[in-house]
Formats: sequence, structure tokens, C-alpha cells
Amino acid sequence: MSNVPEELKYTKSHEWVRREADGSVTIGITEHAQELLGDMVFVELPEVGRQLAAEEDCAVVESVKAASDVYAPITGEVTEANSALEDSPEIVNQSPYSDGWLFRMVPADAAEIDGLLDAAGYAAVVAEESH
Amino acid sequence: MGNRTPLYEAHVAQGAKMVDFSGWDMPIHYGSQIEEHHRVRRAAGMFDVSHMCVVDLRGARTRELLRYLMANDVAKLDGLPGKALYSCMLNTRGGVIDDLIIYHMDDVWYRVVVNAGTREKDIAWMRQHAPSFDVEIEVRSDLAMIAVQGPEARDKVHQVMRARAADVKGLVRFAAAESGQWFVARTGYTGEDGYEIMLPEEQAEDLWHALAETGVAPCGLGARDTLRLEAGMNLYGQDMSEETSPLISGLGWAIAWEPQDRNFIGREVLEAERSAGVRQQLVGLVLEEKGVLRAHQKVVVEGLGEGEITSGSFSPTLGKAIALARLPAGEASRCSVEIRGKLLAARIVKPPFVRNGKAVIN
Repeated sequence: MSNVPEELKYTKSHEWVRREADGSVTIGITEHAQELLGDMVFVELPEVGRQLAAEEDCAVVESVKAASDVYAPITGEVTEANSALEDSPEIVNQSPYSDGWLFRMVPADAAEIDGLLDAAGYAAVVAEESH
Repeated sequence: MGNRTPLYEAHVAQGAKMVDFSGWDMPIHYGSQIEEHHRVRRAAGMFDVSHMCVVDLRGARTRELLRYLMANDVAKLDGLPGKALYSCMLNTRGGVIDDLIIYHMDDVWYRVVVNAGTREKDIAWMRQHAPSFDVEIEVRSDLAMIAVQGPEARDKVHQVMRARAADVKGLVRFAAAESGQWFVARTGYTGEDGYEIMLPEEQAEDLWHALAETGVAPCGLGARDTLRLEAGMNLYGQDMSEETSPLISGLGWAIAWEPQDRNFIGREVLEAERSAGVRQQLVGLVLEEKGVLRAHQKVVVEGLGEGEITSGSFSPTLGKAIALARLPAGEASRCSVEIRGKLLAARIVKPPFVRNGKAVIN
């Protein structure tokens, strides 16, 4: 079983969401997701300022094996993208929950975050998938 | 559950991620596909390729049968026991049933190694034609096969073979020799030097562990695919199939047109295609922008028209995306590849991209 930090929120499509002190949220893909994809070789991130609707595909992570869409967990505006990934996409493999974050958003409605999966809920999704 | 090779337990114990490949449970990687790729380019790696199928053909007229079944001419191997030949086996429409390697062992014994995904139809095709030539066909399911590849690969195998290494040290490239119950060939699918070793399946695990102890890295099918792509080697089912002729698959070099009186299956169709003018070509692509080339992406060549990527991936050696693509015939040096609705610039090159650890294109 891969690492699923308690303090984060999750989606069924394997994104994680962290609330920051300034009200923004940071988004990445889970350890389980990066394991499934294998060695990351390219990451395409949303432009800063882009308005995203929840569940809209907004980024792509590509491993040697396959390309995978990343979906906006909530509605809001993109405020920052992790430019370090442009030259070093392997950071997503090495530290998916910290340096390997993908982008930040300001939520349109912070309450939307509460509706996401908690760690136990996401762990159940992963467990079900591997059956 | 799929078919399992004699090394299945060893793979699982080494932490391999197992996937289905043509009905076989095979390791895709043991942690990092890219690291495994580099190990083969820089030192030595080993692959379990026991899912591939070894077929022995025996009989006084085996040479004659193979000259009829194969687009390449086994007469090139006359007087060269142990020497190998790459060939396509064609259907009557000139399409590729499979690509394979033929080892000429002696006048009455040739060994053929075919792909896992095509074994049933290959064997059926050979069995269909063998009786007219009184050739006996034996499928060697009792053999496992381990490929050891990389600049240090042969040394490592010699170490493991100890005194028996003398049986294989003198092998030239693309030749094989027997050593006791082992069949050792200086062939491979990575663009590196090395051996492919066929041996009784009950001995496979011992060899696998002995090689690991000398520092040979276990490598999965993921690295095997990026290595062969860098080496500009076709993958059956992706770069060619029963619907494509060797002439549009970059395999014209493996057709023996001479002597003209050798009748082989598919010859007439290929000759007609050649005299009408071959309409497509298989080329190499290097993506000049960030992204990853993948099979079935559309390629646009100004002045020539549109084509399609047949195999694409990220090249760990070049640090860029590379591909094989089937394009309309004609001269061109640049093209665009459509990726998620955007046209990205790529260069057209002649494969291979990498050989013997070194980039051969910029």
C-alpha cells in the first residue's frame, strides 16, 4: 500500500489537494498514481490565470509508458505552476507530495474542498482498483 | 493468470512490476525503467525473453524450405555454421507474418526464434509448408531464454560460464554456438553487444541469479522497448504487420532479391510493389519541442502529405522524444506531429538513434 498522508484531500482520479495558510490550494498526483505511471518524462501544466471548472482536464503527466490527464479537483483560478518540473519531471516520482506538486489554485468556493475524499476514502478507492 | 516463464518467481522476488504481454505475465520494470535502460547502455542488463519461441527445423531439405518461406535468403549462411540471419516471413500478399532470427547450425538443422505474440500462427504457417519438404518442426517449449546486453555483458557471461566460456568467446557478431546444453548467440534487441542464451528451463533461475551476483541488472520489457527503439529496430505488430510489406516498413534491406530465380512466398507481390514505386517509407523522428511521441499520432510533412507514428517514446539516452513513423515516400527533413491538438516540430532522421552506447544523431 502506497503512502496516503492523512492531512490531504483526494480525488478518485488520483490528485491530492493541500490547503495552504493563504487560502490557496496546492495540487499534485498521489504516490499511487506516479507508481502506476512509472518514470515521468514530461509534465504539461495549466497557465497561470486560467479559470478551471472542477473535473476539467487541465494538465498532463507523461511517463515513458503513457500519458495521463490531470483533472482540476475544484473550481477556481490557477495562480502558480511548478516550473521546476519542466526540466526535471522525475521530481514527481521522487516526492509526489512535496517538491513534485503540479500547480496552485485559488478556490472559487472553499467549501468545495470539504466534499473531496479524505485519506481513508482515497485508500479505499486504491484498494478497490487493485482488485 | 497468464503464462509464466521459469523466472516468474525470481521476478516477483526482485520486486518486478508484472504486466500482461501477449498472454504472458512479464516484468515491465523492477523499479525504474529509465535506470534499467541506462544500465544496458553503460554496463550490463539481463532480460527474461523466455516468452519468445524457439523452433527447431530439421531435415535434409530444411535449407530449401527456408529459402521458400523467408524473404531473406538462408543461402547467405551456407558454409557458415552458427551464423544467424534476420528475416521476415511473408504471407502471399507480401505482408509480414513475423520477423525472426534464423540460426544455421548444420546442414540438417536450423533454429528459428519467433515473437511471443505470433508463435501460434508462425508455427501453423511453418507446419503447413514443412511436409512438402520433409522437414520436421519441433517447438522447444523446454527452453528458457535470457538476453544479456550491454558493453560489459559478454564479460559477465564469460565469468559465469567459467571454463565453458571458451566455447563462446570466439563468436563473431550474429553467430551462435552450443556449450553443453546451452545455446549461446551473440545477438540481441538493444543496439548493444551481448548474448542471448537459450538453455533448459530448469537451469534458468541459476543462471539468472549467477548473473545478478556479477552485477548484471535485471531489466524489464519497458527498457527493452526504449532500447530497441533507440537502436532503430522494428517491433512486430507496431511497425509492421500482415497488412504492411517490408518495403514500407524499413525492412527492404532484409529482402534478398538475388538470385532472381529464388521463388519465395510474397516475392511476386513485392516485385510488383517495387516496380510500381514504393509509396510509403518508415523513418525516424526526433521531437524538437517538449513532449512525448506516441504510436498513432498524426505526422504532417509539407509537400508530401500525412503519415502516422508507429512506435514512439522518450529516449533516455538522447533526453528527447523519438519515434518510428510511416510517411508518404519522398525526401523531407522536417515535419510536424499532432499532440493533443497542437502541431509540434520534429526532424526526420534515418534510424538508428543510438548504437553501442552512443548517440548517432544530434
